[in-house]
Amino acid sequence: MVLIDDRELEVLINEVFEYYGFDFSGYSRASLKRRVDRLLHLDGFRNFTELLSKVRSEPAYFKRMVEEITVNVTEMFRDPLFYNVLRTEILPIIGTKPFIRIWHAGCSTGEEVYSMAILLKELNLLHKSLLYATDINALVLDVAKKGIFPLQMMKQYSENYMTSGGKKDFSHYYTANYGFAKFDSELSEKMVFSQHNLVSDGSFNEFDLILCRNVLIYFDKDLQDKALVLFDDSLAKLGYLALGTKETIKFSPLQNSFKQHNKEKIWKKVQ
Amino acid sequence: MLLKLLPRLTVATFAIVLVVHRKSSEDSTLEELIAIKTSIPVKEVEDKIALLPGNIYIAPSDYHLLFEKNDQLSLDTSEKVNYSRPSIDVSFESAADVYGHALVAVLLSGANADGTQGLQAIKAAGGIVVVQDPETAEMPFMPRNATENVAADYILGINDLYEFISAINT
Repeated sequence: MVLIDDRELEVLINEVFEYYGFDFSGYSRASLKRRVDRLLHLDGFRNFTELLSKVRSEPAYFKRMVEEITVNVTEMFRDPLFYNVLRTEILPIIGTKPFIRIWHAGCSTGEEVYSMAILLKELNLLHKSLLYATDINALVLDVAKKGIFPLQMMKQYSENYMTSGGKKDFSHYYTANYGFAKFDSELSEKMVFSQHNLVSDGSFNEFDLILCRNVLIYFDKDLQDKALVLFDDSLAKLGYLALGTKETIKFSPLQNSFKQHNKEKIWKKVQ
Repeated sequence: MLLKLLPRLTVATFAIVLVVHRKSSEDSTLEELIAIKTSIPVKEVEDKIALLPGNIYIAPSDYHLLFEKNDQLSLDTSEKVNYSRPSIDVSFESAADVYGHALVAVLLSGANADGTQGLQAIKAAGGIVVVQDPETAEMPFMPRNATENVAADYILGINDLYEFISAINT
């Protein structure tokens, strides 16, 4: 298997920035290297130079590179206990507001967004909510907009849903056809999908809850801090930021503006 | 094996990273269990924590564990490898890339082929490869697959493994 070395990775990062203005320099090198190696293997390149050459000369291939480099693995109600905390502790508080804005930053194919919509519906909050779902990757956004997921995943998602405290029949939220589950448009009607790059794009609204789960792990510490500033700028006072189970704001300059919710990876903006 | 070995180690002059095939539910019982069994500090792994000698770090469930060149640990949620996340191959390959010859990798009991490719990467990078003697393993498949495909530097049973680790502890 072809493996690129450190120097080649830096060359790729520099050239991508020079040719396309796309900045990968703040990405964690360990995972970025793995993703590039994976792409080399996937697309049958014999060596790094072949990849570099194609990226330089074909903008369409560069687009594919970005789509394949980002990690899009996600599932509905992933970390069911987190969703249980949302359901029983966080959303009821946010729910007292007349209108709720939620941002899913790095939403991938949308499973997390549909999970949230289901939670809001069951708490009778969906009607006054708007879910903004963004990702750097246009391809996964197209999938997310459709709300169609493989039917074979529904068993796992249903179990996650139940573990998170869901009591309804999960299958009521989708219709099954040709091996796919299409989720109700009542859910997607409250979603707005848009491309957004956490590295380069700024704040675009003020939110009551921002979820960015298992996205920051692909950034180095400096870029993580930058992203947290973006989230701080985009959060209403007393709004909540939710990260992945093994992520933290503990070492960020921003940590004093936030108060952690018990031991959860959920922080309330207090300043 | 781990639970027999760890209590006997009271201190480590190096960092110990454990990658165990475990259920994907959010569960810290493995960390708690190991912390009880050993006097070496067990550090909870969060993304980008520092890897420091003298501590034990355990790959969290449902994440791959990677190593950065600045001695930080990184997490990754990409596809399972060898049906596993955390995958041993993923961590071994990452460690080989960063630590090269300054690395001892030990592969213990297990049910699939995870770890073999990673040991090959470690061997190629000049690290030391140790495999548990399959005869002594509760699940021999994983170590046997390694001994058949990698020129291990040592194939050891539990007592010899303890002796080996004590020896490199100085």
